[in-house]
Amino acid sequence: MIHLQNIRKRFRRPDGGWFDAVCDTSLSIGAGEVFGLIGFSGAGKSTLLRLINLLERPDGGAVIVAGQDLTALDAKALRRARQQLGMVFQQFNLMANRTVAGNIAFPLEIAGWSAADIASRVAECLEIVGLADRAAHYPAQLSGGQKQRVGIARALAPRPKVILADEPTSALDPKTTQSILDCLKDINQRFGVTVVIVTHEMHVVRSICHRAAVLDAGSVVEVVEVNGAEVDARSALARSLLEAA
Amino acid sequence: MEELTFAAALADLASMAPEIWQACRETALMLAVGLAAAIALGGPLGIVLYLSQPGQLFANRWVNGLLGWTVNLVRSFPFIILMVSLVPLTRLIVGSTIGPVAAAVPLSFAAIPYFARLVEQTLREIPRGVVEAAEAMGASPMQIIVKVLLNEARSGLISSLTILTISFLSYSAVAGVVGGGGIGDLAIRYGYYRFQTDVMVAMVLLLVLIVQIIQFAGNRLASRLDKR
Repeated sequence: MIHLQNIRKRFRRPDGGWFDAVCDTSLSIGAGEVFGLIGFSGAGKSTLLRLINLLERPDGGAVIVAGQDLTALDAKALRRARQQLGMVFQQFNLMANRTVAGNIAFPLEIAGWSAADIASRVAECLEIVGLADRAAHYPAQLSGGQKQRVGIARALAPRPKVILADEPTSALDPKTTQSILDCLKDINQRFGVTVVIVTHEMHVVRSICHRAAVLDAGSVVEVVEVNGAEVDARSALARSLLEAA
Repeated sequence: MEELTFAAALADLASMAPEIWQACRETALMLAVGLAAAIALGGPLGIVLYLSQPGQLFANRWVNGLLGWTVNLVRSFPFIILMVSLVPLTRLIVGSTIGPVAAAVPLSFAAIPYFARLVEQTLREIPRGVVEAAEAMGASPMQIIVKVLLNEARSGLISSLTILTISFLSYSAVAGVVGGGGIGDLAIRYGYYRFQTDVMVAMVLLLVLIVQIIQFAGNRLASRLDKR
């Protein structure tokens, strides 16, 4: 579903030097997979995720999603391709002046859905994330976990093939974290949506990922298979992350 | 000069009612034109100023620098000097340099960059992540401006407009003295040149009342629109 081929991304540091956030990385993520990107702070995992929907444009390499090289698209075609890629954020990034239903409707309005289709799809998504009774609330009236559920419903609304989740549980307490992870897992299983999830918590990887890439200093150190609580890790870094959890 | 009693002042003001009403209409006209220009031209200018900042959707150092410099230039003119410098332009546009419509030209000229800065500042308060989320969902720049930026900033924009209106009520008094008419002009002509202190006091009270009403209405609307 997602193929990153020899991706490179560097940023200008404030002192004028360059910081290699992602260096010459290739990665393949299969359809229907829940794939983790794990590593310590600054390892390049968020940048790698943002390269998948081109929120960051790579300095080199190809980003192929569902058979389409996103780096080759013009602005309009890229916008259409992005509608197939939902995104969930650590800080939720909901629109404060829109209701819960309004936030979920946003990506559908953008995609040009009719009002009737939007209304029924929004109701459906609210049901999926268990917030049917909160449709008319504003984000400020919700708890952190509820806000993230809205974030997930919003990402899910346009029936995307892929959901990119950038530390979706890092701003939440452990109990809420588990319920959000269950929600993502449920969506993956019921709708076959591919999920790519960035995290620094091994616990997250253990509870929902099929595979995970361990990142360090902008490179993939190892791709580990996850079978329930069993993680088959070879590299020292992966082991240290495992123990930290 | 006859002794000024409260009763005499009231009678005096009552006899001037048509003129006061006329002055109110002139002030309203100057404000309406100035604010309309500010919203129609200053608003988009403020949006461009914001979007061309480093790190924003259309980051462009040159566009941002040039626009910012121009806005500062116009804003650095004391209003009365701006008005006098714009006399030829006013004559060109309106065909005259007196009357409220003529006074509205320099008012608009001053209001546009003023409002642009207010809009720019208000938009800066929107978290970058919210705009980024819209980008990630495939929103076009126009959809981001209308559906995200303006909607999320709406209560701040109303507050900005309130500040602008009150500032320009005061500017319109200055413009009035140089031939624009309006409440300030009436206060100066009767209250100052003709020593009718009662007219001066009444006009100032009227302005105080108008300012209070504008601020009250602005606050009410802004807080109703704010769901943060």
